[in-house]
Amino acid sequence: MRKMTKALMGMSSALLLSTAIPGMAKADELTLCWAAWDPANALVELSKDFTAQTGTAMKFEFVPWPNFADRILNELNSGGKLCDLLIGDSQWIGGSAENGYYVKLNDFFDKEGIKMGDFAEAAVNAYSTWPKGTPNYWALPAMGDANGWFYRKDWFAKPELQAEFKQKYGRDLGPPQTWDELKQVAEFFTGREIDGQKVYGAAIFTERASEGITMGATSALYPYGFKYQQTAGKYDMDGAVNSPDAVAGLEAYKALYKCCQPPGYTDSYMGEGLDAFKSGQVAMAMNWFAFFPGLYKDEKVGGERIGFFVNPKQKVAASTLGGQGISVVANTDNMDGALAYIKWFAQPEVQKKWWALGGYAVHNAVLNDPSFKASQPFAADFLVAMNQVQDFWQEPSYAILLQAMQKRLHDYVVADQGTAQEALDALVNDWKEIFEDEGKL
Amino acid sequence: MLARATPSTIAVRVRGLSDRAIAWLFITPTIALLLAINIFPLIWAVYLSFTNFRANRPNAEVEGVGLRNYQRVLNDADIWIAMQTTAHFVFWTILLQTVIGFALAYLIDRKFRGHAFWTTVILIPMMLSPAVVGNFWRFLYQPQIGLFNYIVSFFTGIPPSSFEMLGSVNLAPWAIIIVDTWMWTPYVMLICLAGLRSIPDYIYEAAEVDRASAWRQFWSITVPMALPFIMLAVLFRGIENFKMFDMVMLLTGGGPGSTTEVASITLKREAFESWLTGRSSAFAIVLFVAVFGLANIYVKALNKVKQR
Repeated sequence: MRKMTKALMGMSSALLLSTAIPGMAKADELTLCWAAWDPANALVELSKDFTAQTGTAMKFEFVPWPNFADRILNELNSGGKLCDLLIGDSQWIGGSAENGYYVKLNDFFDKEGIKMGDFAEAAVNAYSTWPKGTPNYWALPAMGDANGWFYRKDWFAKPELQAEFKQKYGRDLGPPQTWDELKQVAEFFTGREIDGQKVYGAAIFTERASEGITMGATSALYPYGFKYQQTAGKYDMDGAVNSPDAVAGLEAYKALYKCCQPPGYTDSYMGEGLDAFKSGQVAMAMNWFAFFPGLYKDEKVGGERIGFFVNPKQKVAASTLGGQGISVVANTDNMDGALAYIKWFAQPEVQKKWWALGGYAVHNAVLNDPSFKASQPFAADFLVAMNQVQDFWQEPSYAILLQAMQKRLHDYVVADQGTAQEALDALVNDWKEIFEDEGKL
Repeated sequence: MLARATPSTIAVRVRGLSDRAIAWLFITPTIALLLAINIFPLIWAVYLSFTNFRANRPNAEVEGVGLRNYQRVLNDADIWIAMQTTAHFVFWTILLQTVIGFALAYLIDRKFRGHAFWTTVILIPMMLSPAVVGNFWRFLYQPQIGLFNYIVSFFTGIPPSSFEMLGSVNLAPWAIIIVDTWMWTPYVMLICLAGLRSIPDYIYEAAEVDRASAWRQFWSITVPMALPFIMLAVLFRGIENFKMFDMVMLLTGGGPGSTTEVASITLKREAFESWLTGRSSAFAIVLFVAVFGLANIYVKALNKVKQR
């Protein structure tokens, strides 16, 4: 009896230990870390094929977006072993490459015949390479994404609104082509009563804590001509970041916020924007393409009621880049398994299924397929957007660069402090100090 | 009844250990724990404050930068604005909590019918988690569906969705002050109540004999005798509110813009978002010295009041 008790205690202790130590990887199991959102669910579905083919069990660690960067960067910085594979933000590539958090994949790609030329060029540059413009790959493009727009197609189609809009602006009420038109449409809807509810023009990003307002405002800044540097590869920001065009772009964003954002949306990002749209408060909303499949399926606002459009241009056509690449975490105890997953994921057939399930594949076999544009109502817009994306600094110091921009933009747009010119001038000074500390200026 | 003395030989019986040795045996784990989780991090933070260390770059070489971090912190306009914001919050929350808390304690001390029930009701906000309170009030302040705006509208006639408590530069600081006051006034009330209950009845009886008015009794007996307790409450709330973080983070996240960005939020951003570990350590030390210095001065004043 005593022996049996001891055996039971030993077994339960072993069981307890194996579940209590999260970093303890098993050889036949892989943990993939990502943000908790719709595409992650699609990836769980997709990965069942990998498990079926290889016998490797997949575990997923999905962190809600507001905590995603904090949680995962803490994990990487502390040398944790939670993640074997990581779908991390494009901005993390620089720091993760320089700090040795990610495995450099060039040799592996060469050995396995994985060609980066098989993926969309903009995606490879954004999600895989460091330093930028060099063929050094730290990730496989996994999830293409850009900031886009969706609108209440059913409201836009109302004959009385069509007539009123045409009389007022001399054109049809439809998805706006420029930022000027965007503001007009947003103003047109703001304050109206539709379906018994007071509605507003547009839900845009204003979130302060992580990256929200920067991702939103750059959707206006880029089309107006905002650039990070005068010369590529240099840090000559004066006259680019705070150029008259950039000032005009920031003023346009603030004007849209002031005229047409629903009340209370002073700190809103992805979730709040979706809520505003789904609850029938707004005619239009900006958000990442990643959410579009879910929105289209939504019973209340999806299907025939929803339409999509690419971020409007102004002087140039541009969209803010989202999306991520998949990397092998250098600290993994299951390197072979992690690389096997990358190899499997890179296959054209898997990429096609990834797109079909709701993931945004950027493999050319998917994007160049003649049926691609018609495969989803937002597929054609996605192609356009991915060909005009611009990205934030991908420097190792991106976090502090981002924080500076978050502060300056929020102070100007939401808190009404100073002018757009002053906000961007101050941003240039912040960034100069950061690059001076980095020894790059 | 006399208390029984501890037998002097008890320690000798425990394997020859002296009383002092036994005392050390019990205290050592606590001291070790304190050193490990309080003193060592403090010393480590002081060391880091003189370096360029960044926690997100563990492989980078750590270099000494002398007083540069302190120089940057003390010359950073944004940090001074955050300190002013903190001082603003500390001043108004303490003032409101002390006045209302003392008034409530004074009322409760009258021992009216049902006073025990009302004491419990008043204490409820203090018992809630700040996370719950923050989210709860966030909903209340929502301009379209929040109850707060409707109540204001009912009394003032201002349309509910025409103002935003959390989104307005002018109203957001007050939105936080209101919530903190709602939550922590009961705490001040409890301490004040203890002070009021400690005043012996015979002093009031003597004052009655001397025909002192109620007003005179209040200012000459109640306030002076409760003052050390009030000052203690102010000390506790002052230290707490100087570190105010959770409530602000949940309600406004420091916004709109940087309007409600108190020092603790700036510190968190420097340390865990910008990853400027060395500089944020310097900032933490500056804050620590400020709180420690002010608290010391205050405690000396408190002791003087107690000795009167």
